[in-house]
Amino acid sequence: MYGRKVKLRFFFILLVLSVLILSVFLVLKSLEENVVYFKSPSEVKMIKELNDKKIRIGGMVKKESVEMLKNEINFIITDLKNEIKVTYSGVIPNLFSEGKGVVAEGFLKDRNFFQASKILAKHDENYMPPEVKASLKEK
Amino acid sequence: MLKIFEPNRIFLITSKAPKYVFALFILVLSVGLVEALILSPEDYKQSHSVRIMYVHVPSAWISLGIFSSITFLSLSGYIFKNKNFFLIAKSLAPSGLVFNIVALVTGSIWGKPTWGTWWAWDARITSMLILAIFYLLYLIAWRIYEDKDQVLKITTLITILGIINIPIIKYSVDWWNTLHQPASINILSKSSIHSSMLLPLIIMTAAFALFSLLIFLMKYNTELIKLKNKGLDRL
Repeated sequence: MYGRKVKLRFFFILLVLSVLILSVFLVLKSLEENVVYFKSPSEVKMIKELNDKKIRIGGMVKKESVEMLKNEINFIITDLKNEIKVTYSGVIPNLFSEGKGVVAEGFLKDRNFFQASKILAKHDENYMPPEVKASLKEK
Repeated sequence: MLKIFEPNRIFLITSKAPKYVFALFILVLSVGLVEALILSPEDYKQSHSVRIMYVHVPSAWISLGIFSSITFLSLSGYIFKNKNFFLIAKSLAPSGLVFNIVALVTGSIWGKPTWGTWWAWDARITSMLILAIFYLLYLIAWRIYEDKDQVLKITTLITILGIINIPIIKYSVDWWNTLHQPASINILSKSSIHSSMLLPLIIMTAAFALFSLLIFLMKYNTELIKLKNKGLDRL
């Protein structure tokens, strides 16, 4: 139906696209360390050498772990397997609350203790009106 | 074959259709805005700032959709040596870029009260910024290359390079830890957005799609007039 040249160009494009996809995949795979925005507590436990570099850790704020002091706030970030204690002084976003996602930027003092210089609240993908949330809670 | 692609017939459509599309756009946009700003409920967690989502998400969808269409058209144009496909692609690009920027800006406005930051270099946001750069490159290429054959090759190359980014944008939130939340609307599994919030989202998407169509028709009409005036460069 189509000429030989049309077919040739079609397969050439397919070849170019597959080579590109493969190379981008390989690049992203090797850069994965830098692509992730934050590390989970379990990934932090697996870090071999601790250094002074600024990192981000993220997970859920453990329920009943938030402790508000005069100038600082302490809480625990958990991924339900491992957890890390975080201390922070500064502004906390409105959506920061227990049982919700959080990303903390700062320095790792040791594998269990994190000094945050910035706190970001992570929003989840659930959108619903307050009444629906309330009725979900009752169940 | 492809009788409908005859320039004269298309010209008839592109010069008449915009006013009807415009009327429809205004209608759908008003309904969408009333739904999004007044009738839809506030979110249990983010309260009223959820309303930014009704602009943010449709814009992002449309900018992704338009870039995919541009790539598809350019590649088809290259394979079948049909210049008309390139002109359609060229006319689609401006609204794609506009919605891409709208998505970035509204995302930033939403991010401040929700996350606590205007900007984060996470995978979703960065890849969306890269898409905007590809849109810019694509449009600039059309402007600076005088030679017709050259511009077709260059713009096709840009779309091929840019299209790799599209699945990265889509799946970045699933592949890596990102600050951006994963998709709330899933075709295969249950969506995690309440139906009262889904309705305005869909209407706003339709409104933005109509706006893109309107801008496309006007741009494309201009391209056809240019062709007519030149008289040399046949489709």
